[in-house]
Amino acid sequence: MNASPAERPLPVVDADSARFWAALRDRKLTVQRCGTCGRHVFYPRALCPNCHAELVDWVECSGRGTVYSYTVARRPAGPAFAADAPYVVALVDLDEGVRMLTNVVSTPLENVRIGARVVVRFTDVAEGITLPLFELAPDPLPTDSSAREGTA
Amino acid sequence: MRTAVIAGVADHPLRDGKLAPDGSVLAAQARVAAAALADAGIEWSDVDGLLSTGMWGVPGVGQLPTVTLSEYLGLQPRFTDSTNIGGSSFESHLASAVRAIERGDCDVALITYGSTQRSDRSRNLGGRAPVLTMQHETPYGLPTPVGGYALAAMRHMHEYGTTSEQLAEIAVATRAWAALNPAATRRELITVDDVLASPMISDPLHLLDSCLVTDGAGAVVVTSEEHARASGVTPVHVRGYGESQSHWTIAAMPDLTVPPSAASGRRALEMAGITVDDIDVVELYDSFTITVLLTLEALGFCGPGEGGDFVSGQRTAPGREFPMNTNGGGLSYAHPGMYGIFLLVEAVRQLRGECGPRQVAGARTALVNGTGGTLSSASTCVLSVA
Ligand SMILES: [Zn+2]
Repeated sequence: MNASPAERPLPVVDADSARFWAALRDRKLTVQRCGTCGRHVFYPRALCPNCHAELVDWVECSGRGTVYSYTVARRPAGPAFAADAPYVVALVDLDEGVRMLTNVVSTPLENVRIGARVVVRFTDVAEGITLPLFELAPDPLPTDSSAREGTA
Repeated sequence: MRTAVIAGVADHPLRDGKLAPDGSVLAAQARVAAAALADAGIEWSDVDGLLSTGMWGVPGVGQLPTVTLSEYLGLQPRFTDSTNIGGSSFESHLASAVRAIERGDCDVALITYGSTQRSDRSRNLGGRAPVLTMQHETPYGLPTPVGGYALAAMRHMHEYGTTSEQLAEIAVATRAWAALNPAATRRELITVDDVLASPMISDPLHLLDSCLVTDGAGAVVVTSEEHARASGVTPVHVRGYGESQSHWTIAAMPDLTVPPSAASGRRALEMAGITVDDIDVVELYDSFTITVLLTLEALGFCGPGEGGDFVSGQRTAPGREFPMNTNGGGLSYAHPGMYGIFLLVEAVRQLRGECGPRQVAGARTALVNGTGGTLSSASTCVLSVA
């Protein structure tokens, strides 16, 4: 992704998300984990959306996941992304069980598939802002998740 | 408890997708309100409820749309509702108006929507800093709204083998309905090949899988059955309604192939005490072809994954087995940002037998399903004539 840092819409960091974005600056992808029901939670928030317990614990993710779905944006989402088009926007299921919207950076784009294994690629887009983009895993390993996804 | 009915509807004339005559978004709503009241045979002075929402004037004056609009229209309503759950808002407004009239909170409720997005060239809502939950999606450049629907379409194709040709069938059939509607914006017939040859916007959705970008305004008048009959109009009954929402950010949609119309439709049909087999005509929000296909499955007109087969062979075209989106839909009639009110307008006209060459013979019961956000909210209504 080559969008100019000055143009790209940057996350407006708040009290819920400060720790998430700070960890990304240190090349760590972290999510909350509910101490009551055990579920991992993304995006960061005050209460577990499953059991409504207060969320206090954070865990570092493996950075590995599986493409749940994707699209190729032929028309960019505004001028900030025009230089990048076409580009892949994907929903990635992390191995920890949470789903994120992200970009899968791939050449060629056609290599991106539902069920493909991906790994995080920390990408600095502005001063203090690192996005957790993904790329195709160099050596896809079968997992429970990819086995289920890989049937079509 | 008294019974609430729809007594009048109206939509604003368009030329090339723009208001004709032109006017502000408030003027457009004033005109359609007057036309819907005339259709209902009801006076302005009887209006004591106002339900409206929109994207006009946001941020600023439009954040209180019913307050702004009441002043403009010279109304002092005792019941208002400016619920905004996206394009499905107006089906929810109808349910809200029905409850208010049944309870006696108001006697005549006016529901309006207007947009001048095409004249304003203001469709793009981008440019706002991604705050709160959007900070986790906007930075990745998903084109809105098409991108979220494209993700759903891609997943449906993966799970069920649905094809672009099957999605195109919906656009082709909907255009055939538009060809029968003089008020529709795009009326020239198209083929499946035309859809597939149109530019790819966000894989797998093409330009012709996508709704139009137009101006538009619509209005619906709801009152008691007694009042409607005294005015001499054919009352359209609201037999059932249901609402549901499942997510805002697309990453939080539990299953990209199952929109919340699964729950809203079940509630509406249960309340009406009927099944999908009892429906004569359906008006489904068609922001994109995939929206329709997912909604058909979610409402139970066919099973999960069967939507592609269901719409194949032009089954939803005029004169065929399954009359759907009979005004030409958001794909070909008009799509002014939030489309849901036009589903109600068309369903009422079909039930009153006013649709001329596109009239569905013997239409007594209609199902209307609005969809808002990115498959985020759904609101379903079952309407009938006695
Ligand atoms: Zn929990």
